[in-house]
Amino acid sequence: MLFSLSLSLSISPTTLTSSPRFKFHSCPHVLPPTPKPPPPRLRASSQAHHVILHDNGTVAGAGAPVEENILPAGLRPESMPRHVALVMDGNRRWARIRGLPVGSGYEAGVRSLRSVVELCCKLGIRVLSVFAFSSENWFRPQAEVEFLMELFERGMRDEMGSLLRENIRISVIGDSSKLSRSLQELITRTEETTKTNCGLQLIVAVSYSGQYDIVQACQKIALKVKDGLIEPNDINESLIKEELETNCTEFPYPDLLIRTSGELRISNFLLWQLAYTELFFAQSLWPDFGEVEFLEALQAFQQRQRRYGGRDF
Amino acid sequence: MEKDRGDSANQFFGGLGSFLRKCLFRILSMGPIPNHIAFIMDGNRRYAKKQGMEEGAGHKAGFLALMKILCYCYELGVKYLTVYAFSIENFKRKPEEVQCLMDLMLEKIGELLKEESVVNQYGIRLYFIGNLKLLSEPVRVAAEKAMAATAKNTKTVLLICVAYTSYDEIVHAVQESCKDKRNEIEALYASKVSNGVTEGVEEGENINGTIEHDVQGSCESSLSKSQALNTTRACNGVIRVEKKKGVILHAVQGSCEDKWDEVMSRTSNGVTEGVADSKKKQWMHPTIKLVDIEKNMYMGVAPDPDILIRTSGENRLSNFLLWQTTNCPLCSPSALWPEIGLWHLIWAVLNFQQSRYYFEKKRKQL
Repeated sequence: MLFSLSLSLSISPTTLTSSPRFKFHSCPHVLPPTPKPPPPRLRASSQAHHVILHDNGTVAGAGAPVEENILPAGLRPESMPRHVALVMDGNRRWARIRGLPVGSGYEAGVRSLRSVVELCCKLGIRVLSVFAFSSENWFRPQAEVEFLMELFERGMRDEMGSLLRENIRISVIGDSSKLSRSLQELITRTEETTKTNCGLQLIVAVSYSGQYDIVQACQKIALKVKDGLIEPNDINESLIKEELETNCTEFPYPDLLIRTSGELRISNFLLWQLAYTELFFAQSLWPDFGEVEFLEALQAFQQRQRRYGGRDF
Repeated sequence: MEKDRGDSANQFFGGLGSFLRKCLFRILSMGPIPNHIAFIMDGNRRYAKKQGMEEGAGHKAGFLALMKILCYCYELGVKYLTVYAFSIENFKRKPEEVQCLMDLMLEKIGELLKEESVVNQYGIRLYFIGNLKLLSEPVRVAAEKAMAATAKNTKTVLLICVAYTSYDEIVHAVQESCKDKRNEIEALYASKVSNGVTEGVEEGENINGTIEHDVQGSCESSLSKSQALNTTRACNGVIRVEKKKGVILHAVQGSCEDKWDEVMSRTSNGVTEGVADSKKKQWMHPTIKLVDIEKNMYMGVAPDPDILIRTSGENRLSNFLLWQTTNCPLCSPSALWPEIGLWHLIWAVLNFQQSRYYFEKKRKQL
């Protein structure tokens, strides 16, 4: 499983790979999307619940202060998830069904990601985590891996401007030691440049797996034990939580995880963090996942009763 | 007379049902059968409410459903069954409910150990998985007795998770891994001091050949030996790769930037050391790997589940087998646990067979 991870839409013709499996072409080659009815926009209706914020922009129980905003009918602001996680599955299948090269699937996936990011900003969701490249994906064919790394690097560079404009903070989690030096440096620069942005935090998981995250946390803890700072019996859940790579955010545990393309599994994304996360499995392939599908997932989330093993219903 | 006729009819239909079930299982067995199924038995209290029963009666109905599903699974050929009986979080429920569940557990463990129970019928080995120290003494003692009594059974395995959460399991595994590593380090130091040797690392030493070190990370456990050896990175100090009298020294980076696993090989002629002094202290300490954590998991006695089924339509893991279900298909039938039946199981197995076929196809494409 390989997910598009770039925010960029442009692919320079000079960087076309010659591998026959990965024929990426400039935009004219991409078939125009099949026209479909416009999705319901975020607008007020006669039955919408209007959310008027206080002067200081706060809404009880909601996430970040948002500007005056009207949620679609049925969505309750006090039950909006603070952290949404996405497993963006189905790009290649999408391309294969249309007889397009795989790259077109990734391009279409990028468009989906961009629209979901914009939606999250509008809805006041605080954190969006996306599973861009799994530890297992390194076993893909070399050409495919190199292409995706290139796509990611170019995308990150090209999207810097819009990240700053949209006040989005980028964090990248995963085993960066496997990435190229230039990509590592770009990631550090991007994180540094956007770290003071206080809008949506976009966490991109690259070369990541939930088990890797726990192992690396364990190694850091083991160092403390070795140095005599703590005893093994002092190790507890909080300590592990602090050392996980999701310690880059105030809300490390997703409230909702959405996986597209109908696959009913987690595939090693955010293991510890998903203990009580509501899981939503969407049938659409990732490039077809848009506003309608996202709002549907949020509505389903709001209908769930979360008990955390404890209190009665 | 009518009662006899009624009993005969029941027997006939029961026998017919059993025969049809066996035929169905025969057909299903033409495809892959899951080796391990895990269940989150959710919905007992809702069932009791729905039926107008007392809350405790919901859990009793849940136990009956468990016995039924257990028989179906073992008949089908599933070897391992894991059930989420009681979470550590469940201790927060009303004390009466918790006590009722503990009493039920005590009663049922006693029943399971009787001669004529399913345990002997299917040769089940019982495991009670979780932080058993949190249980009251009678329950803990009963659980330990049951595990000892069934330790010699080899046909099938039932893992009952009580006083369990994945968090607790992982914390325990991390604690044990740290203790093991600390003991290893102490033993290394002790042997160095006693041999008068102050340099060199002997982790994974083999006098006659080359040792590959298992590099960090879940994917790296699948790396080929040559890949592991070829992955060298410089660190703050100097790493030399030397080959001298057949001795090869590699430094293989772990998944953390400042973590190194040293691969050394020795010939009977001697040792070649190629690591800068500044790094000596660091690579003298073997690092914790994925396999270390896995071997300390409570669930290390069983392979990972092939299917996870959660009843009552809820779609979340609730701190159950987070580590073990990373690649496992999830099924969420809307039936409450006491309502679970044969068809839910068949549906789950068909989904498993379909996803297994899909995985094989993807693997071939790669």
